[in-house]
Amino acid sequence: MMSDTSSLKGLTRRQVLSRATSAGASFVIGAGFLAASNGAWAIETGVLRPETMATLVQMARDIYPHDQVADEYYVLAVKGYDTPEAAEGIETGIATLNAAARNKGHANYLSIGWERARVDILRGMEDGTFFQRIRGGLVTGLYNQKAVWPIFGYEGASFEQGGYIARGFNDINWL
Amino acid sequence: MAAPFDLNDDDVVAIIGTGAGGGVLANELAQKGVRVVALEAGARHEPQDFINDEWDSFGQLAWLDPRTTSGDWRVAKDFSGLPAWIVKSVGGTTQHWAGASLRFQDHEWKAATTYGTVQGASLLDWPIDAAEMDPWYTKAEDKLNVTRTGDRPGLPGNNNYLVFEAGAKALGYKDVHTGRMAINSDDKRDRPMCQQTGFCFQGCKWGAKWSAGYVDIPQGEATGNLEVRTQSHASRILHNAAGKVTGVEYFDTDGNLQMQKARIVCVAGNSFESPRLLLNSASSMFPDGLANSSGQVGRNYMRHMTGSVYAVFDKPVRMWRGTTMAGIIQDEARHDPSRGFVGGYELETLSLGLPFMAAFLDPGAWGREFTTALDHYQNMAGMWIVGEDMPQETNRVTLNHDVMDSYGLPVVNVHFDDHPNDIAMRNHAYKQGQAVYEAVGATRTFPTPPYPSTHNLGTNRMSENARDGVVNKWGQTHDIANLFVSDGSQFTTGAAENPTLTIVAIAIRQADHIAREMSGQKI
Ligand SMILES: Cc1cc2nc3c(=O)[nH]c(=O)nc-3n(C[C@H](O)[C@H](O)[C@H](O)COP(=O)(O)OP(=O)(O)OC[C@H]3O[C@@H](n4cnc5c(N)ncnc54)[C@H](O)[C@@H]3O)c2cc1C
Ligand code: SF4
Repeated sequence: MMSDTSSLKGLTRRQVLSRATSAGASFVIGAGFLAASNGAWAIETGVLRPETMATLVQMARDIYPHDQVADEYYVLAVKGYDTPEAAEGIETGIATLNAAARNKGHANYLSIGWERARVDILRGMEDGTFFQRIRGGLVTGLYNQKAVWPIFGYEGASFEQGGYIARGFNDINWL
Repeated sequence: MAAPFDLNDDDVVAIIGTGAGGGVLANELAQKGVRVVALEAGARHEPQDFINDEWDSFGQLAWLDPRTTSGDWRVAKDFSGLPAWIVKSVGGTTQHWAGASLRFQDHEWKAATTYGTVQGASLLDWPIDAAEMDPWYTKAEDKLNVTRTGDRPGLPGNNNYLVFEAGAKALGYKDVHTGRMAINSDDKRDRPMCQQTGFCFQGCKWGAKWSAGYVDIPQGEATGNLEVRTQSHASRILHNAAGKVTGVEYFDTDGNLQMQKARIVCVAGNSFESPRLLLNSASSMFPDGLANSSGQVGRNYMRHMTGSVYAVFDKPVRMWRGTTMAGIIQDEARHDPSRGFVGGYELETLSLGLPFMAAFLDPGAWGREFTTALDHYQNMAGMWIVGEDMPQETNRVTLNHDVMDSYGLPVVNVHFDDHPNDIAMRNHAYKQGQAVYEAVGATRTFPTPPYPSTHNLGTNRMSENARDGVVNKWGQTHDIANLFVSDGSQFTTGAAENPTLTIVAIAIRQADHIAREMSGQKI
């Protein structure tokens, strides 16, 4: 469950769904909020449109797809763009992304079923400032979340535990 | 036990920068009774202050003032504002160096003679040689407690090393060991032994690894002869009508401009800031900058031929556990032109944490080709390549008058193009590095491009003749007798080895020379 779910906390999946204006494969989008279809997490959006936030989250996953990493970490990685200063640029960028999707005959980016088709669209804009801004931000936004590290097996700080001198610095057994 | 010296005391030696060169020089002079004021742009960070977290530590220690880049090196594209990953702190980049401490091979002091003419390279022999440096290297190894020298045992190998060693042996490499490291390997020393924490690049919280910041600087201060002024950024070196330097202007902790008079000035701000300071000190008498009658200040910038090889296996390695640079293959360090290039390279294990791996494995890459590599982060092993790169006149540090730092001073632009020899050597090293891992069953290998430079050399190079370089065999500028350069920018050529042991040995030797010249009233 995410930290900033305030008014949505404690809602059941059915209650969240009942407040939804649209629901895709993995997201439930409602007035001022975005939630996981399985109810695992929900966030309120501020200045960004919830549809924009949902598209941004999908875009983040398509840029750095890790199937073992749940959506909530991608949400956290892009949540910082939901500010008055950033919103306009993000809305414009996502509008361009949706226009590119429509050009290829889709309703919008989120409606595209195959990752490969979405990635084709991203490839077409990968040299642009919007794509690079999102990608660059994810490098720290996603991979520098301490909660993500254990998913990759990375153990983080070790000094407090006395280093690895007695904790397996040379425990490899398959050579 | 700070020894506050008066701004008007014109008998002190002023040293700019307290890293490998400046920090060691400051201590060595203080030990000999010479009074020293060291100006350091960074703050003090003791071992307990270091952070076991890559980005937080980067924010704490890295030099983040603006710089610009140009040239065909990939760093100019991927990290255009960050040509180098170096430190602003008391102790300089020795705060987060890995500790690999290798002597030059004998022939590397005479690169021009040994390699002959290399098209496009401005190769030169050092005006010093292996025999001359031998005793200074020994002193440096004793100061740094370098393993596998003197009575000091080697460090134990961690998982990353064990994979590397097995691959190396399978390939027939012979000169493979856990390195000569400035990291304590037993309990007999003044500082603790390595606890295999694995954050050597973030500063050693145990103090097991040598740093000028928490070893040499306090030793120097204890003599009463050394005053370190922290967060003091030198902006200009002043001189008199006779062409002798007279002191250093600097911005103090509060941003106020101060002037420290001095009998001798030693510049040790690393290979970008040292030439920058000389160039920013231009005057009507020295319109091209101080000590620049040769036009060589800022030229011949070297960064070592580098790159990395990472590999994924079908089973866990957990390379981040234990020393970051845990071992070395030296078989390729020889000069053997039959490989298609002059000079040689070392292969050294290296590990990055997940956050840095994401940033540096293949900068700018995205999509599944990239993310499936990180998915197997636990099963990764890694090594770094470091080899001799060719000095080129056009690889250079210049002032960029379009970009100013917070003090209103022009920043440096760093221009670098790879030499064909660098490219041939890198390709050879990638192939060998990948073969090492494939020999122990790697399922996928990654020839990873160079990171922002960690070894920065050559921009005030040492030369026999005044027309070829900036300083003489003592690091004394050819043009101005009481102006010295004391850091890695003195390097005439880079050799294949990590540079710091050599920077330290040269600084110890320079301290000896300066003290002797001072007592003989020659400067
Ligand atoms: C991640 C990493 C790993 C490394 N590992 C190794 C290794 O294993 N082995 C090895 O041999 N080398 C290694 N190095 C390289 C090594 O750290 C440097 O070669 C060495 O520290 C350079 O010494 P220096 O005296 O030239 O400069 P530095 O040590 O960088 O010191 C320069 C100092 O000058 C200060 N300064 C600059 N300008 C001014 C100014 N205008 N006024 C006041 N102060 C100023 C800076 O703040 C800094 O403290 C590594 C470097 C990095 C980044
Ligand atoms: S691995 Fe050893 S040298 Fe490196 S930080 Fe840890 S204790 Fe220090």
